[in-house]
Amino acid sequence: MKTKIKAEEGKQELTITREFDLPVELLFKAYEEPGIIEQVMTNPYATAKLLKFEGKKHGSYQIQSKDAKGNIVFSANGTFHEFTPGKKITRTFEMENAPLGVQLEIYEFEKLTDGTSKLSTHIIYESVEVRDKVLKTPFAQGLSMAHDRMQEIMNKLK
Amino acid sequence: MNLRRDVFQAISDPTRRAILLLVATQSMGAGAIASNFDTARPTVSKHLQILTECELLKPEQNGREIYYHLNPKKMKEIADFIEPFRKMWDDRFNKLETIMKNYKPKK
Repeated sequence: MKTKIKAEEGKQELTITREFDLPVELLFKAYEEPGIIEQVMTNPYATAKLLKFEGKKHGSYQIQSKDAKGNIVFSANGTFHEFTPGKKITRTFEMENAPLGVQLEIYEFEKLTDGTSKLSTHIIYESVEVRDKVLKTPFAQGLSMAHDRMQEIMNKLK
Repeated sequence: MNLRRDVFQAISDPTRRAILLLVATQSMGAGAIASNFDTARPTVSKHLQILTECELLKPEQNGREIYYHLNPKKMKEIADFIEPFRKMWDDRFNKLETIMKNYKPKK
């Protein structure tokens, strides 16, 4: 398990840590180059595009994902408060049209060896309720996807 | 049957949590479960229905009465509820790692 999540009960924050088989400079580049950010955020169902990206203090960003039909399925924005290459990014993140408020994200990049590095992401949410909702979303989606598949199979049996 | 019932909604209710605890030790009939609560029988039935819909309980007809068993597999899913969130991040980071391993800096 390369990615670890620390989410203590009753707190409005969580920490995600991950060790990479990459030099820290290369890891940071993935957060610095718009083309790579878009590539990481693109999935088989939606293509991500950065409408705006200013990787510097006081800079801001805006990202949007569209499905094959051109419908916007995800959009988010935020502002950078710190952008120190190879070391640290502090930014806000807000998913548009989602009742999850604005979250504060602190990314810390660390060199382990010449070829390996570590990223710690500390995310602080508006409330304990919001954090718990975010944590449960992929679980609920997984469940509902499983149910949808079940429904499909049942429909075929009719 | 409502397939979209949220399992967390199901366990957010104290009576339903109490039912799960009761049934955890031994499978019980609806009547025996209801006798543990001051609430009206139809209310307990509704709770049992919700717990069954989200598969936390498995009903089994036993003569005239329905017996309820705990579904340990589903209970484990709740214990591991953070796992899909972790996996989502792990997948994203794996992808990032693969992209960067093939990265050729622009000249």
